[in-house]
Amino acid sequence: MPRLNSKEDLRALRRKIVGMRDLTMPYITLCSGTACHATGSDAVAAAIQKELEKQGLTEEVGVRRTGCHGFCERGPIIIVYPEEICYLNVTPEDVPEIISKTIKGKEIIERLLYADPNTGERMVHEQDIPFYKYQTRLVFSGNLWVDPANIEDYIALGGYRALAKALQEMTPEEVMEEVKRANLRGRGGGGFPAGRKWETTRDASGEPKYAIVNCDEGDPGAYMDRSIMEGNPHRVLEGLTIAAYAIGATHGFVYVRQEYPLAVSNLAIALEQAKEYGLLGEDILGSGFDFDVKVHRGAGAFISGESSALMNAIEGKVGEPRPKYVHTSEAGIWDKPSNLNNVETLANVPLIIEKGADWFGSIGTEGSKGTKIFSLVGKVNNTGLVEVPMGTTLRDIIYKIGGGIRGGKKFKGVQTGGPSGGIIPEQYLDSPVDFDELTKLGSMMGSGGMIVIDEDTCIVDLARYFVDFLCDESCGKCVPCREGLKRMRDILDAMVAGRGKEGDIELLKEIAVVMKKASLCALGTTAANPALSTIRYFRDEYEAHIKEKRCPALVCKDLISYYIDPEKCIACLKCLKNCPEGAIEGEKKRIHVIDQSKCVKCGICYDVCPPKVGAVKKISGKPVPPSLPEVERAIRKGKKRGGGSD
Amino acid sequence: MVEIDMKMKMQRVDEIIEGYKGEEGVLIQLLLDIQSEFNWIPHGVIARISERLRIPKSHIYRIASFYKAMSLNPVGRHIIQVCLGTACQVRGAPKILDRVEENLKIKEGGTTPDMRFSLKRVNCLGCCAMGPVVVVDGNYHGKITPAMVEDILGKYK
Ligand SMILES: Cc1cc2nc3c(=O)[nH]c(=O)nc-3n(C[C@H](O)[C@H](O)[C@H](O)COP(=O)(O)O)c2cc1C
Ligand code: SF4
Ligand code: SF4
Ligand code: FES
Ligand code: FES
Repeated sequence: MPRLNSKEDLRALRRKIVGMRDLTMPYITLCSGTACHATGSDAVAAAIQKELEKQGLTEEVGVRRTGCHGFCERGPIIIVYPEEICYLNVTPEDVPEIISKTIKGKEIIERLLYADPNTGERMVHEQDIPFYKYQTRLVFSGNLWVDPANIEDYIALGGYRALAKALQEMTPEEVMEEVKRANLRGRGGGGFPAGRKWETTRDASGEPKYAIVNCDEGDPGAYMDRSIMEGNPHRVLEGLTIAAYAIGATHGFVYVRQEYPLAVSNLAIALEQAKEYGLLGEDILGSGFDFDVKVHRGAGAFISGESSALMNAIEGKVGEPRPKYVHTSEAGIWDKPSNLNNVETLANVPLIIEKGADWFGSIGTEGSKGTKIFSLVGKVNNTGLVEVPMGTTLRDIIYKIGGGIRGGKKFKGVQTGGPSGGIIPEQYLDSPVDFDELTKLGSMMGSGGMIVIDEDTCIVDLARYFVDFLCDESCGKCVPCREGLKRMRDILDAMVAGRGKEGDIELLKEIAVVMKKASLCALGTTAANPALSTIRYFRDEYEAHIKEKRCPALVCKDLISYYIDPEKCIACLKCLKNCPEGAIEGEKKRIHVIDQSKCVKCGICYDVCPPKVGAVKKISGKPVPPSLPEVERAIRKGKKRGGGSD
Repeated sequence: MVEIDMKMKMQRVDEIIEGYKGEEGVLIQLLLDIQSEFNWIPHGVIARISERLRIPKSHIYRIASFYKAMSLNPVGRHIIQVCLGTACQVRGAPKILDRVEENLKIKEGGTTPDMRFSLKRVNCLGCCAMGPVVVVDGNYHGKITPAMVEDILGKYK
């Protein structure tokens, strides 16, 4: 491939690629993102290959392995073109049928289609499925079409056109102005306007300047950055290069987690190909602009995602924050001006340059423009990555797209903003989601994790979980963060163990104030959020733990007991056989009883007791009923047992 | 035998170091490569890096102990990662971890005495939609229940 030396070269190449593609030809795309890898997309791919060979169709049918489509729970996902038939949960065994029936016979296989859980109605196309129907996929759409290992797929979709436009038709100032006017806010957590950050670095003195992408994604429960990087790496590289041009950066880094092996390898391929095509490196697209990008793998420390810590890591030092006397945008890597942006932020940049700030500004809310990708996970029916315009309500996201709560349970709250975010309760489900609204509700946008919880999650235990996470991840450099978190953890540990005291809630609040004021980096200043937001909305749960030693969600081990309801037990021996502690006593036709002194509360008996029987109960805040006298434990024939209501 | 092993190891270490010649700030990348190569970072290797790159050993230890992806202790033949990220947490991951610990009679961070398994808890493996997630030797197992744990472990001898 000869390198591209101008916008015209790029256009000619695109014409050529598109011209060579026969859009009426049968085509199979198979999602091969990490989650689909996990559910067996490699085996499906091998089966497709084998079957096409067997049926002599390798020339007539195209196959493409793409990145994540978002509906990971239903993977592996196959889309058959040109009809755009969407098959979910595909196994290798389904492949021969797909090829003979759907590809050859143009016949739809009902069983592989999405079925509406309420009506049972089958849906043929992706855009009919509610999970997709209510989304606006602007940033994520490329993932459906692009083989991340093939730059020509990206070019065919119009990729690198924005870069060509920026380099050939716009000055760096104009590019920056456009992004400023679009009011693109950072998707990595803080929501800081990207254009303004670029400007600071541009105006700072010192050469060379650096432009960096943050794909550390330490936020547990969120994986949109991974999916973009894995599925459409050129989109990120294009955005980064445009940013570099605007800033005047000649060197760049992609900081990506080592734990994301597929993202690391797809990125490496993308870098090679972009260089080969003249889209990266020296004299990009013949414009005279040079930009050299290296990859730095992160090694699994949440704090290293913070800007100054990340720059320390790139220098080969321990990835801890620096004192923030000087911003990294002025003095970052090796004290040179360095601009850091999140993956999703940069993936928006080509769109803004190509379609303009006015177009971008027409999507979203007053203060938050464009779309946001959320990782909708936890106890909702449809889990996966969801892209919606800023301002979409929580209810629309959780109920329309997410299909509501699993197993008919009751919604309790939605956790947003990552470990330092908060939990938003039911009464705010109609709030529009954007940077400012979430902050008002005591949570934050963070990187876009949206973890839905139901009545079975204990709020105090979840707050303890986040504090514990942050305690582990705090680098320990500053005292308020290190000691404050430890104290909070102690208090919450005691609470879930039934040792909570009056005044603990106030103490938590006091610690929070100090941490917020005196910590060095955002980890410390926001670390109290999980506790504060839950105290704000779920104070009664805290009080139940402290005053009644009761866990309303029946989660905290020290506050609950397992108990077998003698009215329901059918003496099937299941729990007895599965109890790891031998704590259950009983035999055939003899009602089973748990020896509380031996029980370690592992909950296995609760899980294995047949759902129809439901004899094992969890109780909290009251004593376990005394067991039946021996003579009454025999189960006599004829009496109907089990089931019924509680 | 052990000596030949060690010699080969060092040769590989030298190759890795060689790969980064002339670049700045490479220590973390280098240690990650060593970690992937041997699954841990042996003390002898740290000495070698220190010597070759003229970086104090103490600094290398500091880096290696800071990052979760690096291990200063030998690990078992199979590495189990149990995700305790938020999405997995709310879908019952703590019970999965309990079950694995109980099954192997080790705590997270530990290695079985027969060197068959090492157990790690991790914060999010990026396939939260399939939680709870357990990864063994890079193979992902999604939507795990406590009852499935024994079967999964049984696959790895
Ligand atoms: C403890 C901590 C961890 C962070 N982790 C990440 C991360 O994993 N990914 C990310 O993009 N930003 C992370 N950030 C935010 C970055 O410091 C930085 O603000 C962001 O990458 C800038 O990009 P943006 O302006 O495009 O959002 C983290 C911040 C803190 C305080
Ligand atoms: S599993 Fe349920 S029904 Fe069966 S013996 Fe145990 S408690 Fe009784
Ligand atoms: S909770 Fe666990 S230890 Fe207790 S009785 Fe049930 S199975 Fe046995
Ligand atoms: S990885 Fe296949 S849909 Fe997400
Ligand atoms: S929280 Fe477990 S994979 Fe993300």
